[in-house]
Amino acid sequence: MSAILPPSERLWWKQPIAKIEWFWIAIAFVWAMIMFVMMVYWHINGKQNLSNEVYKTTPEMFAAKTEKFIKENTIRTETDQQIPVVKVPAGGEGYLMARLWNWYPILELEAGKTYKIHLSAMDYQHGFSLQPVNINIQVLPGYEHVVKMTPTKAGTYAIVCNEYCGIGHHTMLGRIYVK
Amino acid sequence: MATYRTCPRTGLQFDLEADKLMRWNAVAGVLWLLVGGITALLVILTRWPAIKLLPADQFYLILTAHGIDMLILWIIFFEMAVLYFASSTLLRCRLATPKVAWVQFWLMVVGGIMTNIAIFQGESSVMFTSYVPMQAAPHFYLGIILFAVGALIGCGVFFGTLVVAKREKTYTGSIPLVTFGAMTAAIIAVFTIASGAAILIPTFLWSIGLIQSIDAQLYRMVWWALGHSSQQINVAAHVSIWYLVAAVAFGAKPLSEKVSRFAFLLYILFLQLASAHHLLSDPGMSAEWKVLNTSYFMYFAVLASMIHGFTVPGAIEAAQRKKGFNNGLFEWLRKAPWGNPVFSGMFISLVGFGFIGGISGVVLGTEQINMLMHNTFYVPGHFHATVVVGTTLAFMSITYLLVPTLFKREMLFPKLCQIQPYLYGLSMIGLSLVMMGAGTLGVSRRHWDMAFSGAPFQYEWPGAAYLMMGMTGILGVIAVVGGGLWIGLVVLSLLFGKKLDGGPVSDKTVPIPDQTVAASASATGSEEHVSVPGTVVLALTLLTCFVLYYFVNWKYLSEVWGLS
Ligand code: HEM
Ligand SMILES: [Cu+2]
Ligand SMILES: [Cu+2]
Repeated sequence: MSAILPPSERLWWKQPIAKIEWFWIAIAFVWAMIMFVMMVYWHINGKQNLSNEVYKTTPEMFAAKTEKFIKENTIRTETDQQIPVVKVPAGGEGYLMARLWNWYPILELEAGKTYKIHLSAMDYQHGFSLQPVNINIQVLPGYEHVVKMTPTKAGTYAIVCNEYCGIGHHTMLGRIYVK
Repeated sequence: MATYRTCPRTGLQFDLEADKLMRWNAVAGVLWLLVGGITALLVILTRWPAIKLLPADQFYLILTAHGIDMLILWIIFFEMAVLYFASSTLLRCRLATPKVAWVQFWLMVVGGIMTNIAIFQGESSVMFTSYVPMQAAPHFYLGIILFAVGALIGCGVFFGTLVVAKREKTYTGSIPLVTFGAMTAAIIAVFTIASGAAILIPTFLWSIGLIQSIDAQLYRMVWWALGHSSQQINVAAHVSIWYLVAAVAFGAKPLSEKVSRFAFLLYILFLQLASAHHLLSDPGMSAEWKVLNTSYFMYFAVLASMIHGFTVPGAIEAAQRKKGFNNGLFEWLRKAPWGNPVFSGMFISLVGFGFIGGISGVVLGTEQINMLMHNTFYVPGHFHATVVVGTTLAFMSITYLLVPTLFKREMLFPKLCQIQPYLYGLSMIGLSLVMMGAGTLGVSRRHWDMAFSGAPFQYEWPGAAYLMMGMTGILGVIAVVGGGLWIGLVVLSLLFGKKLDGGPVSDKTVPIPDQTVAASASATGSEEHVSVPGTVVLALTLLTCFVLYYFVNWKYLSEVWGLS
């Protein structure tokens, strides 16, 4: 029966299935399960998994923590705007604020060490896009996301904002130094 | 009392009210596609680094309009026509409650215009996702709500028509496969619109000050129950059209009804939860939740698409082999009517959707790999392969059939009609690929200036990223020409094409005439199991590309910074 006419063996659920279709369904099913298992496997053996450590917060609370972190760890300031460069203690915790329209402050890390970086947004939603590494994480107001990061190579990295956040979105560029 | 006409060229029978509704909905869709196409040109000329046409504020305004007018207005108006066709026309039944169906149409018109007014007034450049707490004008949300209510009414009329057909026994046995597919689309639509109400009504109330605030993560979760499932409607609709085209162009029968219908059912059962794959790089959901909801559930829907991707070409191959195109693996395909835009468009839609849209979508929807691509240009690259190459091109190709039978006009410029699916489909496939390429290098979506002018620092994208964005510009302009050509051909043919005979009108339904599109295949016997080696080779090729690309991305992920 053609697809636009009722099936001639009137009841479709009584029709037999061709072998070749079973063959393809079986392959596709196995592949789907492999893809499922891969994600679980990566949680056990992979080295790139997004952290689940999240706290509810408010912009005020998060800003206060960030200011405290900046006060205690700033090593210098950069650019005309005197943006603080903050050295995160090796293996320690760092704070990074996303707000209209900058990433604040600049962080300094060391290659091979693992850090806990706290991310939150102060106003709209923002997108943490680390370049040229290409790691992308959504940053939301009201949520403090604690991401453990281990930089692999020394260099200067950019944080692009890749969630649209208004007219100055394209100027929202941050920086991370890795020594 | 309903009156019907029977198209003398196809044997299809149209309830005159449904006929008119289909025409108006389709025309409204085409007009929105025109607006969407103009915005597409402006978007592409701005993202082309060498041109950078619009200033930032206008760019975001136009991009918001592009998303809304294309994804929502064009697609859903056309889908309303598809629903009426799949119920009233294919079941040879009167349309239930045509008056109510006009409420569908006008609500959608009013809603669409209202939202566009809000956008073009400039206070609602929030993108079609309208993530809170960025706020649009109240009538931005209200317009979408009205539009959605209209669409819901359309689904109601569709279900009503199925009931009428059953009660009045206009068909025997099960409903046809295409109608079945449309029914799954309509069922998913009801779920979608319920989720839409759950998020857009509070957001509207928030925009007029009645609700204090909306949680950003909660918004994203409920919004994507709308945003993702509506893509499932599109898939169900265009897959139905693939089956329809296979039937009318080849008289093809599905290899087995059971498998194809079961695959449609999987869409209903498993796709709603896949909205999770839009939240993979979000803070507020646990990893268990993400893995479960994207894979365990989504992969059954992937399975469903893989089944359709096999059975549609399989049905065509079987039909062609029966006609004697039996040489080698691919004679059936070589001898297919490549000059008929109904077929060529459908086939490019099938291949582009499967190879580009499907593979990229599953890779993007893998929990950890998502971090490599989330919110990059890869994402619009992926969905231009699904919703443009897949859905839009399928709708375009079926229109070449609808203009003569539904609008009773001959298509003008048949040579141009022949080229159009190739021009549009191939450039759009190319566009999707280079967008995905730029995204792989990190380039952001929804971003006005990849040179970051005005930022306190500099970041220089790799040269290859600029190259990809330049190619995005070129291929995008070609795609706009291809899309514009279709709009031009359709509109000119509707206005000036040779008028065709509408066929005899009567107040009784007539049986399906033999040897017509409506009765494209002989009406006896189910498909014998002809072997379809060509389709098997195609399917295995798809699988090979899929597996390779999937693991390449894991490799790429393993090289970035450690994250835990
Ligand atoms: C003629 C061809 C088209 C071209 C050249 C085109 C081009 C583009 C480009 C370059 C973007 C990304 C902009 C950015 O993120 O900065 C985009 C976004 C988008 N396009 Fe298209 N497009 C076309 C047709 C369509 C069609 C037919 C549809 C839907 C059916 C569509 C739906 C969308 C959607 C939903 C977005 C996302 C908007 C957003 O991020 O909010 N496009 N388009
Ligand atoms: Cu931002
Ligand atoms: Cu931004």
